[in-house]
Amino acid sequence: MAHSARRDSPELPDFSILKRLARDQLIYLLEQLPGKKDLFIEADLMSPLDRIANVSTLKQHEVDKLYKVEHKPVISTSDQLCFLIRPRIQTVKWICDVVNTDKVPGKSRRYKIIFTPQKFYACEAVLEEQGIFGDVSIDEWPFYLLPLDDDIISLELPEFFQDNFLAGDQRWVRTAGSALHLLYSLYGPFSKVYGIGRCSKMAYESWREQVEEGEQKARQAEIGNVFLIDRDVDFVTPLCSQVVYEGLVDDIFRIKCGCVEFGPDVTASDKSVKVMLNSHDKVFSEIRNEHFSNVFGFLSQKARNLQTAYDKRRGMDIKQMKTFVSEELKGLKQEHRLLSLHIGASESIMKKKTKQDFQELLKTEHLLLEGFEIRECISYIEEHINRQVSMIESLRLLCLLSITENGLLPKDYRSLKAQYLQSYGVDHLLTFSNLRQLGLLVEQQPGETLTVMESKVGKLVNDKTAGKLTDAFSSLAKKSNFRALSRKLNLVPKTDEEYDLRVPRDMAYIFSGAYIPLSCKLIEQVLERDGWTGLEEVTRLLNGHEFAVTGSSGVDSRGKNDTQRIILVMFLGGCTYSEISALRFLGREKGYKFIVVTTAITNSSRLLEALLDNHV
Amino acid sequence: MIKSKVDEEDYWHSSKFKAFTFDDEDDELSRLKESRQAVNNIRRLVEEDDDEDDVERVSWSGEPVGSISWSVKETAASSQRADREPAFPKISTDTPSISRSQSGYSLSSLFKGKPKVGNFQTFSDALTDSSVRLYAPELRKPKSEYKDYVSDWSPEETVQRLQQGKAVSLERFRTLQDKLLLLDHAIAAHDGNVITAVLIYLKRTLCKEVLFRELESRQTALRHFIHYLSETQNQRLLLELHRALGRAEDAALLQYKEHLSITDENKRRDFLKNCLSLPFSAEDLAHVQDHYTLLERQIIIEVTDRQAERGGKVEIFQKFPRKALILNMPLITTLYYCCFYHYAEPEGTFSSPLNIRQTFKISEKQYFVTALAARAKLKAWLDVDALFASRNWLGFTRKKSPLSFQRVVDILQKNSAPTHVLQDYVALVDDGELRLTLAQKHKCHDIVISTYRDMKDRQLLLGYRGKVVRGSAEERKIDDLLSNPQIRWKN
Repeated sequence: MAHSARRDSPELPDFSILKRLARDQLIYLLEQLPGKKDLFIEADLMSPLDRIANVSTLKQHEVDKLYKVEHKPVISTSDQLCFLIRPRIQTVKWICDVVNTDKVPGKSRRYKIIFTPQKFYACEAVLEEQGIFGDVSIDEWPFYLLPLDDDIISLELPEFFQDNFLAGDQRWVRTAGSALHLLYSLYGPFSKVYGIGRCSKMAYESWREQVEEGEQKARQAEIGNVFLIDRDVDFVTPLCSQVVYEGLVDDIFRIKCGCVEFGPDVTASDKSVKVMLNSHDKVFSEIRNEHFSNVFGFLSQKARNLQTAYDKRRGMDIKQMKTFVSEELKGLKQEHRLLSLHIGASESIMKKKTKQDFQELLKTEHLLLEGFEIRECISYIEEHINRQVSMIESLRLLCLLSITENGLLPKDYRSLKAQYLQSYGVDHLLTFSNLRQLGLLVEQQPGETLTVMESKVGKLVNDKTAGKLTDAFSSLAKKSNFRALSRKLNLVPKTDEEYDLRVPRDMAYIFSGAYIPLSCKLIEQVLERDGWTGLEEVTRLLNGHEFAVTGSSGVDSRGKNDTQRIILVMFLGGCTYSEISALRFLGREKGYKFIVVTTAITNSSRLLEALLDNHV
Repeated sequence: MIKSKVDEEDYWHSSKFKAFTFDDEDDELSRLKESRQAVNNIRRLVEEDDDEDDVERVSWSGEPVGSISWSVKETAASSQRADREPAFPKISTDTPSISRSQSGYSLSSLFKGKPKVGNFQTFSDALTDSSVRLYAPELRKPKSEYKDYVSDWSPEETVQRLQQGKAVSLERFRTLQDKLLLLDHAIAAHDGNVITAVLIYLKRTLCKEVLFRELESRQTALRHFIHYLSETQNQRLLLELHRALGRAEDAALLQYKEHLSITDENKRRDFLKNCLSLPFSAEDLAHVQDHYTLLERQIIIEVTDRQAERGGKVEIFQKFPRKALILNMPLITTLYYCCFYHYAEPEGTFSSPLNIRQTFKISEKQYFVTALAARAKLKAWLDVDALFASRNWLGFTRKKSPLSFQRVVDILQKNSAPTHVLQDYVALVDDGELRLTLAQKHKCHDIVISTYRDMKDRQLLLGYRGKVVRGSAEERKIDDLLSNPQIRWKN
């Protein structure tokens, strides 16, 4: 739409090669088990697999029946079973059960496990323990990268987040390094690599080692610079409600592998429809990055244009009509279908959001980001909990409160936790323990003098006032890191200025002008400064682990100016659609083209669901 | 202690550096040991020369070389050397393992780096043709070492091969110090897959006391091990680990978590009761206590209500059949349930809302919200009304709420309260602007109309006339107002 876009943005490399490569590799592996075979596919691999191959591809390579891995006894009669799985111990245990069950009546079958993107020793150890090592053949399918769109590539590894950040297990570090290495060998050499975060540093190291191990053929670079960032550098951004169309669709309908399922309430029929959401959808590509408040206007304008185009038929002679039908009508019909879907989706979003007082929720979030009226925010959250409104939503607000305030006051923490457990179950004790471990929801450690003061004041005045006083005291005692970062980087624009969401002036538009995503701001600053110089205070507040390195080939490609403006940003632990929208905006403003590589697309619900621990 | 000193000596003798010796006696001792080793090795070499190759080789202690007990002793002897570790700087990643693998593996390898001691060197030189040495240097080695040599990777190389997915055997890492060196290299490589692989090997070959002790100072490895144990559902070892490292609260939480897999409610309750003796923090213990008390109560309520429902005599269960069991529901859901089915019960019963409120110290606001929602759901507007009743000191009743009236309206509206009920509460919203918005949203025409009248805004009133039903009482009221000459409109 009406963005002040720079016209000289370079072209993006063609990532469809990645799909072809993955497909060829899979076919090769299937051929390693000649003859008819049944294929068992891990549930969360089905969608990624769908994006690169279809059933007929599999059938051509003698896959007979397809099953989803469900951890139940198998009913297959085939004498060859092939398992296409993630390297997870529970899945491998299930396969062991399958094989051992076959052994009892002496049934003989051939088994093959294809781990993707790689195998783990822990999985092989299970095979060994269960006595079936050697009975099954093992392969790896290095399907690291799935292009979801022209500028989004996903590793489709949502567990990267909890494995790495919650459990502290570095099993995916090399995977991330290998993914980067794959991009490097196809689209490199890179000139510069910037990054921040422990995991980013390790992934960089792993990639560098792989570069040293392998050989690099001289080729024309298609990607200039790389930026690696850990999810835990910025938890605020993914915890905010998304208000840009694509993010909102993800929050409400959950986009899975670039595809969304619209239910009957959207399609206005009794059927659900699955729609691919990417730049090939002409309607979607124009609204995906827009603030939701603009979307309705845009869609109705589009509808009017469509009407005009249809109306052209009137007064046409036969010949004109023929050209119209053969050339235009199909396109118009397609556009019509998409338009009605997105209008339906917008209506459904409106309905859902007005039902739950979205405005008030957003207001609370914005207050938290600004650091105003914290007491009011707390009582809003409290009511949220008391009324048993969505368990995830309450948790999200609590975490947002904790991060922006650098922890909760002990008495608030205790009271909110107690109320949360009362509303959603004591089982969530384990959830709280996870959140504490990750630093998402913690107690402040106030200085001793403050505690004394607080209790003295508390005796003199009633509770509410005491709370307010304590707020004042603690804000003097310990400045929150988020607040300091926000001030240093100007993340929260001044509120007294009007923000025109139709003509965004900065990345804050993705949060209604209330907040510039920290992650994207860091990227902007580092690219602008060509490194971390001048950001020392910022990196200190972010606990360091920043780096900026220049490759040996950096000098050669300096001449190729276009490539230098193609920037690959790799999010370790997931990124949100809002962040992608913000980077697209930044790219348009500064003439960059961003390619976002992420371990998975995330949002507040996915992030928090990964940390829930109230189930077996 | 003496032994480890000896080993230290060994090191100094084997290296280029001249050692500073503290004690001459120790020196004697080490020399004695060295010569014994030398003799032993010589004998082996001599035997090799013998025609009778199949004669069992026996070490100086009398055990067959390569037997289990022999290797256990070897391991024991060399693990002593780990004690000296702090005396030396951590080996730099460049050439860490080579010196280590030579110095710390077997008696014979300890021996071979010392040209001054014994006649070993000459013997082997004499035995080995130079061309053989060139093509097959391993032939120079004693047989006891021969087998290992094929996969004799340094810890660094081993880690690298593991990372690349190449075949590798960890069996040669037998001394504690070699094991730990391997682990430290894995950690330094930042590859979780390799770290876990090494940990699996250590778990198999070290007793847990030693393993736990070593993990304590290696946080990265510890976290990998914890994750591995929870993924393989090795609950028992995980608990032992937490306890051994003094992580009592983690252990308690972990044990508490087991209740989730108990489906029988009575067994679950008993399990929770046992959890009360676990070393939780005081705060969490109170929560677990509540959990137990709640489930105990839910079981009683469930039994009684199921009977009442089946009996068919209690009206409310007939009118609103229960959709789910109350077992294992959160406290507030239970309170809501009791406000729904057992509202009027005296405080003495287990299912009385007041009793629940008392037992679990539910805040006034929380109780209010829940009761309000439950009674509104039943459309018991009188009960709803009564919740707000409060008399001031003059004896007048007026509506008071711990919750903002805006929120009250919201709750009532979500439970599809009729307009005449909503109206009463919309009218109580303090903020005029908000009151008007709510009134418009919920079609409380009277409030909108009288607000416009109070604002003396003729235009707005005129506009609102189009929004009410034609010919309705509201329309008439607007018309009356508009034609009222006594109002001085501002527009």
